[in-house]
Amino acid sequence: MSFKIFQINEEFVDVMPKEIVELQENATWGNPKRGVIDLPFHKELIEEHSLCAGCPEAAALRYIMASIPAPEDTVIVNSTGCTSLVFPHIAMHTIHSLFGNQNAVASGIKRVLEYRYPDRTKDVIVLAGDGATVDIGLDCTLQSFFRQERITTICFDNEVYANTGGQESGMTPKGHVFKMAPKGKQFEKVPMWQIAIDSGCHYVARLTVSSPKRVESVIKKAVYVAREVGPTYIHLYTPCILEIGLNSDQGLEEMRSKDKERFEFFEYVSPAAAEIIEKRKAEGLL
Amino acid sequence: MSNISAQEVQYNKSGQKIVSPDYLLFEAPREKFFMTGSEAVKEAVKRASVDASVSYPITPQSEAAHLIGELWVEGYVGVYFRGESEFGVMSEVAGCALAGARTITTTSGPGTLRAFENFPMWAGTRIPVQLVLMARGVNAPLSIQPDNLEVGFLLDTGCMIWYAENAQDLFDMILAGFAVAEHPSVHVPVITVVDGFFVSHTREAIMLPPEDIALPPYNPYKAPMPVIDLEAPPGRFLRDPFVMKSNYISYATHASWQFEVRAAIERSRPYAKHYLRGLIEEFGNPDAEIVFVATGTAASQAKEAVRLLKDEEGVDAKVVKLKTIRPFPEEELKVATKNAKYIFVPEFNVVGWLEREVRKVLYKHSDAEIIGTPRVAGGMTMPAEVIVSEVMNNLRVK
Repeated sequence: MSFKIFQINEEFVDVMPKEIVELQENATWGNPKRGVIDLPFHKELIEEHSLCAGCPEAAALRYIMASIPAPEDTVIVNSTGCTSLVFPHIAMHTIHSLFGNQNAVASGIKRVLEYRYPDRTKDVIVLAGDGATVDIGLDCTLQSFFRQERITTICFDNEVYANTGGQESGMTPKGHVFKMAPKGKQFEKVPMWQIAIDSGCHYVARLTVSSPKRVESVIKKAVYVAREVGPTYIHLYTPCILEIGLNSDQGLEEMRSKDKERFEFFEYVSPAAAEIIEKRKAEGLL
Repeated sequence: MSNISAQEVQYNKSGQKIVSPDYLLFEAPREKFFMTGSEAVKEAVKRASVDASVSYPITPQSEAAHLIGELWVEGYVGVYFRGESEFGVMSEVAGCALAGARTITTTSGPGTLRAFENFPMWAGTRIPVQLVLMARGVNAPLSIQPDNLEVGFLLDTGCMIWYAENAQDLFDMILAGFAVAEHPSVHVPVITVVDGFFVSHTREAIMLPPEDIALPPYNPYKAPMPVIDLEAPPGRFLRDPFVMKSNYISYATHASWQFEVRAAIERSRPYAKHYLRGLIEEFGNPDAEIVFVATGTAASQAKEAVRLLKDEEGVDAKVVKLKTIRPFPEEELKVATKNAKYIFVPEFNVVGWLEREVRKVLYKHSDAEIIGTPRVAGGMTMPAEVIVSEVMNNLRVK
């Protein structure tokens, strides 16, 4: 529909919480050119997140929420973990279903929305942690890629099961000591970005969230390509400063150091995706 | 809506005339066909204005799932595809229903268990998905044969559980299932159970209404939970998982939410009673002191045993067939077993989940002896003669 569904009944405006009124008056609805540049000037779609102070995941969510081209027509399917702590604070349609089934739920939603509204654009984005995306949910993640579902999958990789207290995950680098891997992880970090390419994603990006502008760029490309071509995948490094022993002001530094290492910016664009990206650039949307 | 010609005729997306559930189930002229239970599923889905279905192969439900795929090709179903596993399928189905689709899927035995985490999630998100469960044994050891142990596992998932005896029951129950599950005051999933092979693969006579009429399409805006189609404001429940707030208000909310799911099942009683013509069906001498309480094909076999007992042993007996297990027809069962001295519960599983249910409901309400026999499993059949000899042996011992 439009952002109108978020509008407050006039008679209730005076009794509504300030942040809800601000959402109506000063958030960036209905403007595909919205982006991280709006952050200081407009009401954000995320309100008082409940993550740890200085958590890079919070920064990532803020940049993503600011960059989604049509938040009023976007569903976000999330999963269990630290990311799910944030969704109660987001002014968008979000769904938490189970741990690991996010791409399956998103597939059902996307197909039915296309069936019910064939002439409309409604984006479906999956946003989940590395445990949900690559370990417990790998089957559903990859199968949605194989089926060429037109959804964007965003993985917040903090290289650990953070919300449950710091256990090793498939994305933990080899040798790192975490709970459940007391002798250090015995196998290599899963190259999920490469698996995504091999599984049929048309746009894949790997990056840290050290650069808000870059996050905006990959989010917009991924959503536009998913709309018209097929599955897209974004792999973001959002370190858990708590579990790797950093202070709340050290997240950005950590990400910058990994920009030069295992999270060096990497982008894959299929020929079909390249066409869409060029088109959107010509339209001034990228 | 019985006099459809007197009203403006409306059509669904497949071009079928929209009629009321009452007209479709009770008033439309019916013609006799000869078909399997799987084919009966197709005929029901064809007349149900179904928006979406997701499938996965497992014996014995595969054929029903293929046939729904044929309906998709023919334009009777909007969305159809094969999922990756039953876990994935039941999540995909949830996505379809959350986005406002009338959704149906099918599974069996190990597939049910693979999917299990989804069923309480369906109930908790209040989606009126319909699952046609063609019951089959669960591993290990491997079995593909009829056995309904899995139904015992499903009883407390927050889904309605209905049990069809034969292809006719299954056809009518699938249509009634949508009408009841989607009622705004109910709006929980319905699992329509039928015994695998005995019904899915067996041809029998079935009366069908014309194929150019169908149920009214699902209206997601009547749902008690906001549909996720971006045409309605976001729902707080999905945005606010209660686990995220560690305080007593959130604990109490979570608890009351679960009570409310069970209460919704309770509220389905009058609608189920109407569309199923009662939650139970009785067969035999109403005053008999020997009563069989059964579901599905165990009820069919018990009916046959009632005939044999009368003809060969001169013993009066009756069958109380339960059409719904959730909600459980408590009052109906108490009344139907008023005169009972012996209540036999024949079942196709080793644990006797139905016997447990019957005992719980009749505790302090009946002086009858409740006997959980015969009990067969793993694909064994339940010949009426076996039921008769179980009854006679028990009576002789007394």
